[in-house]
Amino acid sequence: MEAIANQLTLLWDNSPALLKGLEVTLELGFSFFALGFVVAIFIALGIVYGPRYLSSLFSGFSWIFRSLPAIILLFIFYYGPSKIGINLSPFWAAMLALGLRHAGYQTHYFRGAIQSIGTGQLEAARSLGLSLPRALFEVILPQMLRFSLPASANEYAITIKDTSLAFSIGVVEILQQGNYIIAREYNPLTVYITIAIIYWIITRAGTRFFAYLEDRYMIPGFELER
Amino acid sequence: MNYLNYIWEILPALAEGVKITMIMTATSMGLAAVLAVFLALGKMYGPKPVKAFCSFYIELFRGTPLLVQLFIIYFGLPEVGINLPSLIAAIVGFALNSGAYQAEYLRGAIQSIKEGQLEAARSVGMSFFASMRTIILPQALRRVIPSWSNDVIYTLKYTSVAFMIGAQELTSVGKIMAGRYFRFADTFIVVGAIYLILVYIFSTSVDKLERKLRIPGFEMRD
Repeated sequence: MEAIANQLTLLWDNSPALLKGLEVTLELGFSFFALGFVVAIFIALGIVYGPRYLSSLFSGFSWIFRSLPAIILLFIFYYGPSKIGINLSPFWAAMLALGLRHAGYQTHYFRGAIQSIGTGQLEAARSLGLSLPRALFEVILPQMLRFSLPASANEYAITIKDTSLAFSIGVVEILQQGNYIIAREYNPLTVYITIAIIYWIITRAGTRFFAYLEDRYMIPGFELER
Repeated sequence: MNYLNYIWEILPALAEGVKITMIMTATSMGLAAVLAVFLALGKMYGPKPVKAFCSFYIELFRGTPLLVQLFIIYFGLPEVGINLPSLIAAIVGFALNSGAYQAEYLRGAIQSIKEGQLEAARSVGMSFFASMRTIILPQALRRVIPSWSNDVIYTLKYTSVAFMIGAQELTSVGKIMAGRYFRFADTFIVVGAIYLILVYIFSTSVDKLERKLRIPGFEMRD
């Protein structure tokens, strides 16, 4: 009992460090997720509606970023740019690597959503005189975003946990703060379990948020037919 | 040393790493598949405590980062007297993690098979286990191949984090080579290319497997 109480006081004493790490984790998580999301919109539209060369270029991009391990991407984005004289901070390297990787996956879901919309709508919009970009952004996009929400929620749950890999290139996020604490106090079990619980909360909160979005933006009668 | 010579120089070492990566992936996926069957059946048909345990397990392993799980197994467990060598710790970690994901896929596949089949099997006198083994699972396992293969590829890529607990797989060897020759970007591009090749080979062979195991007329309809 006393041992547990000791561990809890230890955790309490070290909580400012963990909170600081959590802040970096959330910052990294949100920014790479947002980056991936926006990039994926353009890539998905490019794959489906772009000219053939653009379409195959973007498909290749998506495939490569989906097939490479996250850690290799982190290393390439961290060590690669310095070869041509650009120095990225660990945070930016991590954000780009994870963000583009996320874009690779998200593209897949967007594409699936677009294909479920049916080509007639785009033709109708075009024949009413809407330009292609306007038709895409006003007719296709709002539906695509809605239809892809369940898959996006799933993807969020998977990718948000990958922020934990960023410490390998020197981002001091929550796991690295935990490592610092462990180096001082030598209590790996307590610290790692605490971090696991924190991650679980982040994951849960995120998927709940997506469920809320799905509910909030659902248009009755426009559900995806299966 | 130019780039091609450098690749040639480090290739034998990387090949050793590929071997460990493959062993790690294959063993942990084999274990995970078995675990997944028990978890899925436990969550669906088990008595209440078993159901609760399986749900909790799946939620826990899907909700926390794999890296943290590996750290708990490798750095945390020695605190309570369980010492695992890094390769074993990695395999156990991947198996426990992937088992949770695969259990959910398998549950989906089992649910996609009409309930009537199980009832029919039971009513002609087959025991629960016999009807599972001979009626439900052969169909469910076929249907789960696509998502299962996704998870194998996911694990294959994720074995790259095992270097953080000291397992000597492909990324770890790459890191050592990069440090020795001080050529980080070059090395990781080669290592990345090797992963791409592995993923490509695997995904094409799974497609073949899926076609081979297909029973005409029993395809998934949706």
